[in-house]
Amino acid sequence: MRLINQHLSPPAATALKFAPFALLILAYLLGSASRLAENPNDKLLPAFSSIAAAVDLMAFTPDRRTGDYLLWTDTWSSLKRLGAGLGISTALALVIGIGIGILPFFRALLVPFVSFVSMVPPLALLPILFISLGLGETSKIALIVIGVAPIMIRDLAQTVLALPREQIVKAETLSASSWLIAIRIVLPQAMPRLLSSLRLQLGPAFLFLIAAEAISADSGLGYRIFLVRRYLSMDVIFPYVAWITFLAASADFAIDRLHRKLFPWSELEGGR
Amino acid sequence: MTITRRLTLTTLAALGVLSFAPAAWAQEKTDFKVAWSIYVGWMPWGYASDTGIVDKWADKYGISIEVTQFNDYVESINQYTAGGYDAVTLTNMDGLSIPAAGGVDTTAVIVGDFSDGNDAVFIKGEGSLADITGRDVNLVEFSVSHYLLARALDSVGLSERDVSVINTADPDMVGAFQTPDVTAMVTWNPMVSEIVALPDATKVFDSAQIPGEIIDLMVASTDVLADNPKFGQALAGIWYETMALMTLDTPEGAAARGAMGAASGTDQAGFEAQMAATKLFADPAEAVAFTSSADLGATMDLVRAFLFDKGLLTPGATSEDAIGIELPDGTVLGDTANVKFRFDNTFMQMAADGSL
Repeated sequence: MRLINQHLSPPAATALKFAPFALLILAYLLGSASRLAENPNDKLLPAFSSIAAAVDLMAFTPDRRTGDYLLWTDTWSSLKRLGAGLGISTALALVIGIGIGILPFFRALLVPFVSFVSMVPPLALLPILFISLGLGETSKIALIVIGVAPIMIRDLAQTVLALPREQIVKAETLSASSWLIAIRIVLPQAMPRLLSSLRLQLGPAFLFLIAAEAISADSGLGYRIFLVRRYLSMDVIFPYVAWITFLAASADFAIDRLHRKLFPWSELEGGR
Repeated sequence: MTITRRLTLTTLAALGVLSFAPAAWAQEKTDFKVAWSIYVGWMPWGYASDTGIVDKWADKYGISIEVTQFNDYVESINQYTAGGYDAVTLTNMDGLSIPAAGGVDTTAVIVGDFSDGNDAVFIKGEGSLADITGRDVNLVEFSVSHYLLARALDSVGLSERDVSVINTADPDMVGAFQTPDVTAMVTWNPMVSEIVALPDATKVFDSAQIPGEIIDLMVASTDVLADNPKFGQALAGIWYETMALMTLDTPEGAAARGAMGAASGTDQAGFEAQMAATKLFADPAEAVAFTSSADLGATMDLVRAFLFDKGLLTPGATSEDAIGIELPDGTVLGDTANVKFRFDNTFMQMAADGSL
């Protein structure tokens, strides 16, 4: 039998699903135990018990100095930045993307510019952003917008341009105005793609968020990781990484659900 | 299938253990690795490595020493703490909060210098230190800058509650100072000399007001040193030969200072200005006297109190005595059963006696 035709029994499939995770945990436990045997204060691969203690300290014990629960204030600060950045990017993508897609004037004006901007490596702009926009929230949100908006705009414009020309012509013969075509023909077909595009940009948005927070901040998930890195607190870094992964995965799942609920028909088109 | 899986599992587990296996420290060996990072008091290591002084002393003791420059100071310490290097350059405070708190028994082999103006507190506009009240202060949190701020605030009866600290990466300090929302900053050289030159910057406190508290060291793993005293001797030999050369008032000395200046992104004049804000112990006898004085114990007491207050002295520490600090005369500050940070005069004394 060819390997590509191999069918797994459900229990085998389940076992395989968990195998990589189990292996990872096992390798960690072995490595951690061997390092801790050598040096009980080792910080590189802390025991699960010290990770649990760190989680308790960060998430469920008020900070000695400020009285805040650090994990939650960090999460809230980061999510605000992320939400603002992605919100602005999505709005820009919607307006400019559809504009480029249907209006020749916009297309001539913006396509070369947007393509150019989308090629600028955003992290290389970071020092310039910090000088020109200051070290506050603006520059962090701006970094996320510069990083994800151009890609989302290009993606959406591409989707609009790929709509069948016949649909537009048909609407014109029914005497629809440009505005009506944009609202009734283009927008409903662009929205599902906008959500998918947003979903794909979650990863890059987190990357830019953490990079910005590493440079200057007084709270945030990336801030905390880069702060405790200073004294090698892996017992804090590991849970934070897991938490960020969880947040990103939840957002991804939520957008996917929203997509299916709002645009059930788009699934039929192979998830365009 | 099962065989393959078992094999994969074993291989992966083995890989996991191997890649994180602790370096075998406690034994006699001949190859040593030293990490250093760019700072006025540590530039001699790079220069010594480039000009063959390192190899000369290593050959004398029949060992080899690989000197690696790190662009990131914290990363160099983390590499040492993780076991990748035998020795590293760091400050007395970071030595206590990173390797010692991480359970790596660490000994200060060479007390190279202390900051005598290299670290400074700035405010924007006219005023004095008391005007910092209520401002955001940009600094590298938990670094010596943070310590300097705590000492500065203490000197005028303020505390950290009177300001808000904003963590800012050190390469961005000079640029950040020129943005409108930054009104106060603590940083170190070479950034200090650039910020002083900005029109609206006022220096309100610097490390010259707390002399001898921010000390730059070359530290090594205590176990490695115990098994390989040659390594400590070679380090001291390298250091004091380079010191003698770079403090010469001759064309050779000027060339050495110029080379170190160029390597740290400035020139001979810029480097000499930074040296002026650094109390360099070019004479080993002077370093021995400094390390043996009672002031060192008092300084380490302040440092450990600061670290404990910030929660940096191991997570479960219930008092500042959690980690023992051994001074050259054998007295121990803190827990005698958990001595992880030691000041040792042996190698500097050998250099002073000319017996290397």
